[in-house]
Amino acid sequence: MSAAEAGTGLPVQHPRDDAALPALPRPAGVLAASWRLLRSELRLILGRRRNQAGLVVLAAVPVIIAIAIRASGTDDGGEGLISSVTSNGIFVALTALTVELALFLPLAVAVLSGDSIAGEANLGTLRGLLTVPVSRARLLAVKYAALVVGALIGVLVVAGTGLLVGGALLGLGPTTLLSGTQISLAEALLRLGIVVAYLTVGLAGLAAIGLFISTLTEQPIAAMITTTVVATGMWILNAIPQIAWLHPWLLVNRWQAFADAFRDPVFWDTMRTGLLVDLGYAVVFGALAWARFGTKDVTS
Amino acid sequence: MTGAGAGAVSTGGEPRRRPAGALGNQPGGTLGTQAGGGPSTPLATQGPRATPASPGAGTHAVVTHGLVKRFGDRAAVDGIDLAVPRGAVYGFLGPNGSGKTTTIRMLLGLILPSAGDITLLDRRMPEGSGAVLPRVGSLVEGPAFHPYLSGRANLARLDAADRFADRRTAARRIDAALDRVGLLAAARKRYRAYSLGMRQRLGLAAALLAPRDLLVLDEPTNGLDPQGTREVRHLVGSLAADGATVLVSSHLLSEVEQMCSHVGVMREGRLVAQGTVAEVRSAGAQATAVVETADVTAAAEVLQRMGLAGVAVTPTGVRGVPDGVPPEAIVAALVTAGVGVRGFTVASPSLEDLFVSLTGEGFDVSG
Repeated sequence: MSAAEAGTGLPVQHPRDDAALPALPRPAGVLAASWRLLRSELRLILGRRRNQAGLVVLAAVPVIIAIAIRASGTDDGGEGLISSVTSNGIFVALTALTVELALFLPLAVAVLSGDSIAGEANLGTLRGLLTVPVSRARLLAVKYAALVVGALIGVLVVAGTGLLVGGALLGLGPTTLLSGTQISLAEALLRLGIVVAYLTVGLAGLAAIGLFISTLTEQPIAAMITTTVVATGMWILNAIPQIAWLHPWLLVNRWQAFADAFRDPVFWDTMRTGLLVDLGYAVVFGALAWARFGTKDVTS
Repeated sequence: MTGAGAGAVSTGGEPRRRPAGALGNQPGGTLGTQAGGGPSTPLATQGPRATPASPGAGTHAVVTHGLVKRFGDRAAVDGIDLAVPRGAVYGFLGPNGSGKTTTIRMLLGLILPSAGDITLLDRRMPEGSGAVLPRVGSLVEGPAFHPYLSGRANLARLDAADRFADRRTAARRIDAALDRVGLLAAARKRYRAYSLGMRQRLGLAAALLAPRDLLVLDEPTNGLDPQGTREVRHLVGSLAADGATVLVSSHLLSEVEQMCSHVGVMREGRLVAQGTVAEVRSAGAQATAVVETADVTAAAEVLQRMGLAGVAVTPTGVRGVPDGVPPEAIVAALVTAGVGVRGFTVASPSLEDLFVSLTGEGFDVSG
């Protein structure tokens, strides 16, 4: 503002008054921007020592199973998954998934859910993200996507380690199915892929529950424990025959149907219903999480 | 609304246009616009809250009307009308628990007001947060970052969240922000290894990742050493010189006095004073005439005869509030009366005196 201008006695116009908001740079598209945030989120999850240790624990189970079978060296030709394990490495992966589905994999999802919103609120970093700004809808969507990717990584680590260690110790080759028919290794790997996808969707249902719980508290541990209790509680309810009417509605009820992918032909019915239940949980709890988080006062 | 330049303190009433030229230390004369048609617009005839959304439009960076936040049945913020002119460095004062941080959280859309409205850079909040907040750098209630990430990685994370931030320039902008707060040397250290002052600096760096029109800084000098405090003051000055508006909450009054053009004072959820530093100061506690003398009785008599208010004896002499009596007349009267004057000063109240007079003496936090 020059003295000459001021000297006229007229109100001096600040340039900003004309263009109330100067043009911001063009924003990245929502998808591109969300992809960048998702990668940042995954880097945060995978970079965390605690989570790396968790992956090691998940990977340890198939290793232990494979070593135990190799060491005992028995092949009594019995029925069921465990005895099939002895003849083929691929069944190490399936056995490990069965075993870890009861606690370890749900626990992994619960841990990540606890960090998701409650963890950021607890650190105070949530307010930093929201004032960047990230819209709450986008943040919640990216957080959920990161949980699903986290679940996928967990399942992949179990299946992949089982496949590698099982293959190394017990061999890989044409696979004999429970029904007695034989399929090629490529076919078996494809079916293992179906199993991984199916279980990831199941855990995605749990992740939605975990995300919702995570929006309720600022204590990540509380959210983690609650999510674990929900998952384990459903397994317990699922084991009580007197309430069989409830079982079809439980998220975990059809998780073990993943073994149907190794029937001949693949038996889809249970898995199809299972997927619908998983998606139902994801939609209901995703909506609840949004209802809660969309208007929540962030006071942490 | 009283006319611009009346110099009175706005007590939770209308947002006040500051008088043109009242800001000695303002950068670039940009505040000239704040006169806001002072000469042309008949402000005096404007009814209170006649146009809720428009007062300050264009001329103010932050305007609130009747802003209320209740937690349960307690009002943490109880109907405040903030008016932060564009280009101002606005000191937001108040004791702990007086509602400053709650107000700032509402401005930034972190919590929803129970009543009232907010205009930030001419957009309604929180509806306009997507368009407004990219222009607003903020530091709310102390720095908060991921402890196991380095300072640089923490900033990269915030940058990744910003739709308006270009990924290709991220590294350069992050280093520039770190450099600006003097943290570049510690950029690779984990946040958990940072001292409080370094954390505070990182918080400021986060606010500076992109060019900003408005900075909302909540206690930015908390935990900083004297050098750091000075640097923050310079930083705020240079941001204002670049044309940004700065809203800075603090309880360090000397600091606010040094860097702010405007102040707003909160007390128990209400805005008890708002305006330029000069306005608030002149409307608050009055200047005091202090006479150093041995002839206490005679001096006190003279002051009383001159019509000074609150004449009192001090260890070194007497004091009184001139209340319009010119100082030279007081000195002349003292000399005429034969009082041996050793020293005579008219002391303006410090902002601290003012602050205490506005917010009360008590040590207890309010609310």
